[in-house]
Amino acid sequence: MIEVEAPRIAEKALAGQFVILRTDGRGERIPLTIAGTDKKRGAVAVIFQVVGGTTMALNEKRAGDTLADFVGPLGNPTEIAGVKKAIVVGGGVGCAIALPVARRLKEAGAAVHSVIGFRSSEFVILSEEFRAFSDSFALTTDDGSLGEKGNVCIPLRRLLEGETFDAVYAIGPLVMMKFVAAATEPYHVKTIVSMDPIMIDGTGMCGCCRVRVGGEMKFACVDGPDFDAHLIDFDEAIARNRAYLPFEAQARERHCNLYKKEVN
Amino acid sequence: MYDPRPTKYPMPVQDPEERRRNFGEVALGYDRETAVREASRCLHCKAHPCMEGCPVSVRIPDFIAKIAAGDFEGAYEVISESSSLPAVCGRVCPQEKQCEKFCVRGGRGEPVGIGRLERFAADFHLAQETEGELPAPNGHRVAVVGSGPAGLACAGELARRGYEVTVFEALHEAGGVLIYGIPEFRLPKEIVRREIGRLLALGVKIETDSVIGRLYTVEELKTELGFEAVFLGTGAGLPRFMGIRGENANGVFSANEYLTRANLMKAYEEDSETPIYRGRQVAVVGGGNVAMDAARTARRLGAEVTIVYRRGMEELPARREEAEHAKEEGIAFRLLANPVEILTDGENNAVGLKCVEMELGQPDASGRRRPIAKEGSEFTIAADCVIMALGTSPNPLVKMTTEGLATRAHGEIAADGEGRTSLEGVFAGGDAVSGSATVILAMGAGKRAAESIDRYLKGA
Repeated sequence: MIEVEAPRIAEKALAGQFVILRTDGRGERIPLTIAGTDKKRGAVAVIFQVVGGTTMALNEKRAGDTLADFVGPLGNPTEIAGVKKAIVVGGGVGCAIALPVARRLKEAGAAVHSVIGFRSSEFVILSEEFRAFSDSFALTTDDGSLGEKGNVCIPLRRLLEGETFDAVYAIGPLVMMKFVAAATEPYHVKTIVSMDPIMIDGTGMCGCCRVRVGGEMKFACVDGPDFDAHLIDFDEAIARNRAYLPFEAQARERHCNLYKKEVN
Repeated sequence: MYDPRPTKYPMPVQDPEERRRNFGEVALGYDRETAVREASRCLHCKAHPCMEGCPVSVRIPDFIAKIAAGDFEGAYEVISESSSLPAVCGRVCPQEKQCEKFCVRGGRGEPVGIGRLERFAADFHLAQETEGELPAPNGHRVAVVGSGPAGLACAGELARRGYEVTVFEALHEAGGVLIYGIPEFRLPKEIVRREIGRLLALGVKIETDSVIGRLYTVEELKTELGFEAVFLGTGAGLPRFMGIRGENANGVFSANEYLTRANLMKAYEEDSETPIYRGRQVAVVGGGNVAMDAARTARRLGAEVTIVYRRGMEELPARREEAEHAKEEGIAFRLLANPVEILTDGENNAVGLKCVEMELGQPDASGRRRPIAKEGSEFTIAADCVIMALGTSPNPLVKMTTEGLATRAHGEIAADGEGRTSLEGVFAGGDAVSGSATVILAMGAGKRAAESIDRYLKGA
């Protein structure tokens, strides 16, 4: 997680929106979802995982360093109108994006039930923050080293079995969101996921971020990033996200020592 | 002295074998001597039909006469009365469909090389160190949204009239399509930067990384930031796709994405962090300038390239010079062919393009003969990369976020001949209004809107 001084963006950004940044003049443009804003200090927080050259360079930044570009807020804010009772599912670093959505729901008067999942205890983030305001709270780890063993779908199904909800919001890895969509479908509950595809401009010009939703081509940057999970072609989205794997691997080789760090 | 030579003096170009391996400019420009000679081919006919072919009515015979007389700076001054970006237009205007189409000399032999002469005069001027005078401020503030040809022309015109102009650009560099779209080998970015530098010298402010519609709405530009008028030159960058099977496969790109990676992000350079997919066999779908640009970029990145176009060479909408340059660089044309499916391997990677052969029927609404698929004529082209260059629609963000802004069927902003939109004090022009067209038309619209804004703010 880094915080960037960007008062104009901090003033306008709402949960669910994202920014595009470049670390330096030779850098690529990457989208990162906004994890929080502080209007008083004019700060915008973003979270990232080290996957390629830009995220490695970002990971090297220290307090007081600058970024070449920081553009936003982009995308549509998460739609919460009319939702009185919601489940918010976060997976891994996606929890940092799910948290402001959950908070915004709570502030709007909705009951919020949180389910967050991680690979194992050492990757757990923000669990106290979620627990603090959630009407119910569940935590899972794949290896059972903390909380319930297994994935987020287990407590999610349990919640859906017992009561009805207006909406489920899921933010995390594509595979997790795919399984959440499959889990909620039998319960006919509106399920919204936040897509984070490869992007360049963020204003609808490159078409790189296209996602198939209900058989139609949508651009995540201007039509999303939130979409109805039951309509998304996740397999295609997962394949498209792998488009630049060889480039990312090359970039990691160039900075191999850095890649060994995990970022939270 | 009049030069009766029937054809244009040849434009020096980089050798095709050389240039298909680099991104340097293809056409190198006339030297002084050749420019004077080419200018001397002008008959100075009374009717000067060339001017009617020019969307911004440059006084063509006058600037040509100045070149013929060796007064190159004078020639530039004549052009810049009407055109804001002469070094750009001299390079990218489709002259064969505009000024040169009407040149009397074209009746027998070739027309005068008006575009080449315009470029010569503009390059001559840019090479000089000139200091412009800052116009006296008139106290009015105008916001320009988008820094492409329309926005720059509008900003320049307003600044010359003393307005305090701020241009908001979504990307990290100003220039719009001149920077992200048109490749270096056709329009060196240094030329664009110098033209923009001239605007900055006039006092124009440019705010990059500022997405209007998100960071500020059009309304907020007026209410929060206090601009008295807004010009929307947001362009047409929303790429069209065909809606065929396999189009979301990896290795399938819009021309905009492909060109943006190459041009704006300089992905072809060793030290750029932006990846670009270096296909071995690239198929480019479409026949416009953008298709030529994408094909020639892919060629320079080492690919075997085929352009797939559903009509014939006659109907190809690209500038003739671009199609000829593409051929010289070893790009294949598969004409009268239309893709019906992109073939993929098991992992969603493109491996080929299935097409049908077309034949031309009766002329359609555009006046071009309508292509019709021949039944049972399917064939396949091997391609690990497919680039869709099918045209673009107006950028959607401002439309989506501006209440009360009237738009038309394909998302074009509705504006009258003076650039006035449905909103008070909000003007628009260029591709955002017309749908994708040319640099010169966008510039003309930007300039007209500036005049209209001037009248609006001065209460005339």
